[in-house]
Amino acid sequence: MASFFNPGFGRKHPNQYADRLPPGQYETHDFPVLTAGPTPRIPIESWTFSLTGLVDTPVTWTWDQFQALPQQEFTVDIHCVTKWSKFDTRWHGISVETLLEHIIIKPEARYVMAYSHGGYTTNLPLDDLRQGKAFIGMGVDGEPLAAEHGGPARLVVPKLYFWKSAKWIQGLRFMAHDQPGFWEQAGYSMYGNPWTEQRYRSDD
Amino acid sequence: MARIEWQLGEVIAIIQETPTVKTFRLKLPNWTAQLPGQHYDLRLTAEDGYQAERSYSIASPPEQLGEIDLTIEWLEEGEVSAYLHEGVTIGDLIEVRGPIGGYFVWQKTMVNKPLLLVGGGSGIVPLMAILRHRSAIKATNPTRLLYSVRTPEETIFGQELDRLMGQDATFSRTITYTRQAPEHWTGNRRRINKEMLAREVGQYTEPPLCFICGPTELVELAANLLVDLGIPAPYIYAERFGTTRPT
Repeated sequence: MASFFNPGFGRKHPNQYADRLPPGQYETHDFPVLTAGPTPRIPIESWTFSLTGLVDTPVTWTWDQFQALPQQEFTVDIHCVTKWSKFDTRWHGISVETLLEHIIIKPEARYVMAYSHGGYTTNLPLDDLRQGKAFIGMGVDGEPLAAEHGGPARLVVPKLYFWKSAKWIQGLRFMAHDQPGFWEQAGYSMYGNPWTEQRYRSDD
Repeated sequence: MARIEWQLGEVIAIIQETPTVKTFRLKLPNWTAQLPGQHYDLRLTAEDGYQAERSYSIASPPEQLGEIDLTIEWLEEGEVSAYLHEGVTIGDLIEVRGPIGGYFVWQKTMVNKPLLLVGGGSGIVPLMAILRHRSAIKATNPTRLLYSVRTPEETIFGQELDRLMGQDATFSRTITYTRQAPEHWTGNRRRINKEMLAREVGQYTEPPLCFICGPTELVELAANLLVDLGIPAPYIYAERFGTTRPT
């Protein structure tokens, strides 16, 4: 099929960041909203974040405790499976590695289920959350994260398609084996690497 | 699971639905029955190898064997939609792969449950697939559609919706015009609001399953209002699009 092309079709707008754009993606300057159901409303008083599952002692933070953890700034490209990519998004939040300093993970843990207020889940390999590769985002462009974008806090894993960056994050559950989360059960990739176009389960 | 492979569909019909919306009917060499609400990915390739991909909802029901209808709105800045609208004629080949999507779908298990569809603009497309399939299988679950459009001439599938309502007492559709209503129109002429949704929800004896598709703001608003009106969140299926304008 390599020889097939659509006569007369060509790039409409040259993209200066073409080498930063994974296959099948286009650049957007908006910040589109994509969620399966209604936006959950999470009162800050009852917000918690937990590290659970295969850990020696689970830990839970309240919003105030979580805010007091060391924060950093992150500038990252994000790639949504619905085909848009956005370059140089500026976040502030807490590196997952910073959170992991508060627990001891059991040796058999290899995977993580990120789970959210509202019931959303998504699965990731533990390795992809470590060493600064992932963070909990609490704001964009210096502003608090809006509810429709996953506020007050969402997971951000820039190297994977953005559905892995669970909105309204409530915690990380450490697991020995990979298990499908919400979209993964609905036919999306278990891993979601934008650079190899792992969009759907059959692409794995 | 076998990879969902790209295939070359042949354009066998092009239907001008509104001034800015066309339906492209593709005959597929490897067609598999889709669930209403699913989509196909479509990929255009330039002679120099440059490719662009988009996802488009299927408008046709699975009863339409061997082919799919993709109903596509022309977006001014849209690289793909502009090519399809301006550069494609009958007999052309288009690369697609699908059907895709396991969430925003009207499943067999939902057939006997009351259903509320809320659509805005070209968000009607996956909802139409549900209505067409529902009609084909002669389902009798109470079903209502609240459809927000700018003007009468921008109403996609308007006549077909009228016809469906005329022949099926268990289906009813309400249109609201947000920019300009027809002459002598006595119905809604504003964006979807709480009052409008309350009137819809009030027609059911039990909470309906809700499928909402349209521009982000409409979907966000409608989903939140339906929660306010007492619909349990798991009953609400939302598909948002429209804020992404390809650059």
